[in-house]
Amino acid sequence: MAIEINGAASQATPRPGQCLRTFLREEGNFGVKKGCDGGDCGACTVHVDGTPVHSCIYPAVRAEGKAVTTIEGLGSADGLHPVQEQFLEGQGFQCGFCTAGMMMTAATFDDEQRANLPRNLKGNLCRCTGYRSIADAVCGHGGDHQHDAGADVSGAQPPAAAGNPTVEATPGQLGDNVPAPAGQAIVTGTARYTLDVPSEQLPGLLHMKLLRSPHAHARIVSIDKAPALAVPGVVAVFTHEDAPRLLFSTAQHENFADDPDDTRVLDNVVRFIGQRVAAVVAESVGAAEAGARALAVQYEVLEPVFTPQEAILPGAPAIHGEKDGEASRISRPLQNVVAEVHAELGSVADGFAAADFIHEHTYQTQRVQHVAMETHASIAWLDEDGRLVIRSSTQVPFLVKRTLSRVFNLPPETIRVVAGRVGGGFGGKQEVLTEDLVALAALALRRPVQLEFTRTEQFTATTTRHPFTIHLKAGANRDGYLTALQLNVLTNTGAYGNHAPGVMFHGCGESLAVYKCVNKKVDAHAVYTNTVPAGAFRGYGLSQMIFAIESAIDELAVGIGMDPLEFRLKNMVRPGDHMLSTTPEPEEDVHYGSYGLDQCVALVRDALDRGKERYRAAGLDDLGPDWVIGEGSALSMIDTVPPRGHFAHTRVSLEADGRFAVDVGTAEFGNGTTTVHAQLAATALATAASKVTVRQSDTDLVEHDTGAFGSAGTVVAGKATLGAALELATRIQTVAASLTGAALTDCRLVDGAVQCGDRTVALKDIVDAARLQGVRLATDGNWGGTPRSVAFNVHGFRVAVNTGTGELRILQSVQAADAGVVVNPRQCRGQIEGGIAQALGAVLYEEVKVDDAGRVTTDILRQYHIPSFADVPRSEVYFATTNDSTGPLGAKSMSESPFNPVAPALANAIRNATGIRFGELPIARDKIYLALRDRTTAPV
Amino acid sequence: MDMNTIEAVVPTTDPAQWRDGDAWLAGGTVLFSYGSTVLKRLLDLGQANWPAVTVTDQGIELAATCTVAELYALPLSAETADREWPGLALVRPCCDSFVASFKIWNMSTVGGNICTGLPAGPMTSLCAGLDGIATILSPDGTSRTVPVADVVIGDMQTVLAPGELLRSIHLPDPALSARVAFRRLSLSNLGRSGVLLIGRLDPDGGLVITVTASTKRPVQLRFPAGQVPDAGTLADAVGNSIPWPLYHDDIHGLPAWRRDMTFKLAEEIRAELLGESMTVSGDFWPPHATSPQPSAQPSTQQKEARNGN
Repeated sequence: MAIEINGAASQATPRPGQCLRTFLREEGNFGVKKGCDGGDCGACTVHVDGTPVHSCIYPAVRAEGKAVTTIEGLGSADGLHPVQEQFLEGQGFQCGFCTAGMMMTAATFDDEQRANLPRNLKGNLCRCTGYRSIADAVCGHGGDHQHDAGADVSGAQPPAAAGNPTVEATPGQLGDNVPAPAGQAIVTGTARYTLDVPSEQLPGLLHMKLLRSPHAHARIVSIDKAPALAVPGVVAVFTHEDAPRLLFSTAQHENFADDPDDTRVLDNVVRFIGQRVAAVVAESVGAAEAGARALAVQYEVLEPVFTPQEAILPGAPAIHGEKDGEASRISRPLQNVVAEVHAELGSVADGFAAADFIHEHTYQTQRVQHVAMETHASIAWLDEDGRLVIRSSTQVPFLVKRTLSRVFNLPPETIRVVAGRVGGGFGGKQEVLTEDLVALAALALRRPVQLEFTRTEQFTATTTRHPFTIHLKAGANRDGYLTALQLNVLTNTGAYGNHAPGVMFHGCGESLAVYKCVNKKVDAHAVYTNTVPAGAFRGYGLSQMIFAIESAIDELAVGIGMDPLEFRLKNMVRPGDHMLSTTPEPEEDVHYGSYGLDQCVALVRDALDRGKERYRAAGLDDLGPDWVIGEGSALSMIDTVPPRGHFAHTRVSLEADGRFAVDVGTAEFGNGTTTVHAQLAATALATAASKVTVRQSDTDLVEHDTGAFGSAGTVVAGKATLGAALELATRIQTVAASLTGAALTDCRLVDGAVQCGDRTVALKDIVDAARLQGVRLATDGNWGGTPRSVAFNVHGFRVAVNTGTGELRILQSVQAADAGVVVNPRQCRGQIEGGIAQALGAVLYEEVKVDDAGRVTTDILRQYHIPSFADVPRSEVYFATTNDSTGPLGAKSMSESPFNPVAPALANAIRNATGIRFGELPIARDKIYLALRDRTTAPV
Repeated sequence: MDMNTIEAVVPTTDPAQWRDGDAWLAGGTVLFSYGSTVLKRLLDLGQANWPAVTVTDQGIELAATCTVAELYALPLSAETADREWPGLALVRPCCDSFVASFKIWNMSTVGGNICTGLPAGPMTSLCAGLDGIATILSPDGTSRTVPVADVVIGDMQTVLAPGELLRSIHLPDPALSARVAFRRLSLSNLGRSGVLLIGRLDPDGGLVITVTASTKRPVQLRFPAGQVPDAGTLADAVGNSIPWPLYHDDIHGLPAWRRDMTFKLAEEIRAELLGESMTVSGDFWPPHATSPQPSAQPSTQQKEARNGN
């Protein structure tokens, strides 16, 4: 019996152990997504005979004789399903990878189910949005609310919507809530992510599976390929003997020397459980898996070390001890130290002597995984010219190209890297983790090769946030001033040093620099251990350090009897103050392009005050004898661009049909930069974003783009686009002036035309005239990421804690952000809400656990709880009113930073409620309960 | 996920067909979720056509293949409409205790959940809490009955021998006729159970408290009529019945928290069933349509449901 898919009987027969998701994708239904492959995330939701199921755990054979509806079949000939309309209208998505499953689920809801979304959407995980926009979309409350931040919290609207832009934006331009250009493709399931390539486009596609190390530290003595090659369908096996000898770093930066060269494509030494040992390439995934299982590997087991505290002790096994520290840029290979910084400004000894209160505590942050809904994946093939083409789930296509060129010693022009739409990144895809292997295989086999990581491989063998152990000592005097701030920092980079120096340095940067204090001391080490490597992750070291420092600021305020926000106002930097962390001179290219930290503090304080009053007025301030209530906040600062250069090249052109095209290098993974590019160009060209086509993330498109990380999408690439668009505008006006004889100053771009005095020249006529004149209506923009500015975020919470069970309830969550001029308020609000949700996961639930043998035990989503709809409160979001002198049209970065103040704000609120300082993340209910119990039973 | 080592799907309900490398396929939501690299065949119960629910004066017979969705519908179904079975009030809270979405319930089965042997398996909680009796068919053609409370013997361990097939669970009338209480806590909102206790005050006056999720296997505390405990006696019984190593230790709750919560929830249940006081920690109780919010909500919370959107 055939399986009917969207009304048509399929000709194919499912394999016995195949799940329905794979079957549907093989039949070309790419809207059905593989997120977790274990029934947890809901991205693969389809209807079978009208009933919603997770197709990744639905045996395909069970669908025989049944009718399956996928996202591709949800709408009708007349158009979109109402749920699709609502998601489009409300922009209920960011990267969009979860969206089809979300809509397929919501399409089955009745009013009663819509009234209880925490329950009914808990089987649909979204890592980007924080669920607010999804809730509004499901309930049809979407709409284009320019000033709706916090509006749905009854009474939470600040007077006159303080902080929000008060000038009405021109539609489609700066300040307007322009919808994402990809919206239609996302809601119809036709947006093409990395592996959504029809099979006819890749004839002869091979699949790769990896054999991974079972040992935390071992030397590979031998690998017998023969049993694997004997498996039917296996085409090739690659081991360290087949791999380039060059050492590189999987971390991707503009300057590769920012990271230590300590990694080989395939190494003969394995340094963590899960490291790649061999790659098996076969005609099918099943054959590749069987081949990998059949490989016979002999290991010489070496002594491992699992904690940074042990790894820096004398006599600890040197994980990269054989390497030349200078050549590989490893600080001290024999001591497992990748990078270190030692600095003292002023004298902390003097500062502590002058203190009336000293707080000393060890703070600990945990390993956290990005859990982008799309796993790492790439496909490599050779095009008709013999060029190596890589299609990858990456934030940095141009840097991947550079790295492959270096590792495989290939001229850059022989490599092309493209990204489709990327299903979430968060820093995890600022890394080469799959591309090198598919390149190796495709170059050797001259056939297309695909590698897709499983969700378990994501947890066990990609990267995590760097765990930090921070011993902090800080002093304050009774006048309310910081007198000394001393930090001893140990970061665990795992088996490889990708991003280890950068994360350590950045962590110790703006977190300290935001406070005026003449006496600061930092001793920080980034240390190797035989565990899963750490890497880049939203915040890049700042969130860890800000957790410690903002917790300490709270303790100091309590210690001297001052309101914590008052204490912050007294000590935080103000325009003109040097921003100092570990060097006596400020970074020369970092300026106060604008300053809204004071506004952010005021916005949060006022919102918390209103919230308190709201609860009191509603009679909700007493939750009963088991509950205690508290309030807390924290602030954060971030440089708007990473240091040492971040480059973008973009090209803006006027097309023959009168539309504009913008070619950019940056990838789109839900960050919304595509919308921002369109809006910036539209503003410069006096048109609407809908008339601007953005082409992106293809190394053939523009010269270079460092990539979408370090929150650089708007402020670097956007600046390049704005520059190019302004130049194009001038060029168009010049052509118009020559056509009409009007003075150039009298020629003004209007939508679709140029107004020259009283004459109007259509853009199409400009195109024709330019062709005759030999004028090229395409301009290039470049920006090098300097000078830089600073952006700010302040978060506040009101919480209730149940002293009998440890349950934590968030009564109010509010964040104020200084993003400069907000290009797209709805989108920027979405970035902030998403950052808050991701941070809440890291504060309350998430931890990649590594056992005593070095093995990651939290290797599926049921063992690693990311926030579901039920976990995330609706946050109030406010914007400061500032106008940045360095960013494009006054804008600043706002993608990493909303994450940073959340953990300490929550810890401070819990401290305020319970009197207990939680210095270790995550702060789970069981730990809260036990701390309360042990305090009450301890002798006072 | 795909199970690429599977060579055949064999529709059968006959344990005699079972051989090494086979697995029983009920809803498939566990098998296809964890995957396998060793299984060769799936013995498919999908065409067994066992009646999902059979109601008699003796109680309720749940086929192992009864889906969670079918079970969820039971308390409001015509079959139970004229029955005086207060115990049915446990059905929906137990279903809601699944961390899995309602969509999974359309496939996953009561029997599959029990056979997976998770400490937090809510069908184990429900069926053990109602003194359910499992009927197990053996490859040699015989069958045996085992109390559900004894089917799960450790974290992902059951008494089932290779090839044995769970056929059905009988929920007896006396247990269904009892007054019941339910308590559950999770580290996250609507998340995996860290502690799940069910209490019954039977028609004969006896009190039964069934502990699941916090312990590696179900633990039942039975107090005959006339010997229902006071708070201190109950606490002693919990302490004596659950040695420290029996508390489960995983990412869903520290053993020390699970232990203290077990004492706390047991006492809440005792006090509720004996009419002494009504304190409710955690979610889904007392039962009403569905609770979007975890834990002891002040009733006025509805005015401002800030958590969870």
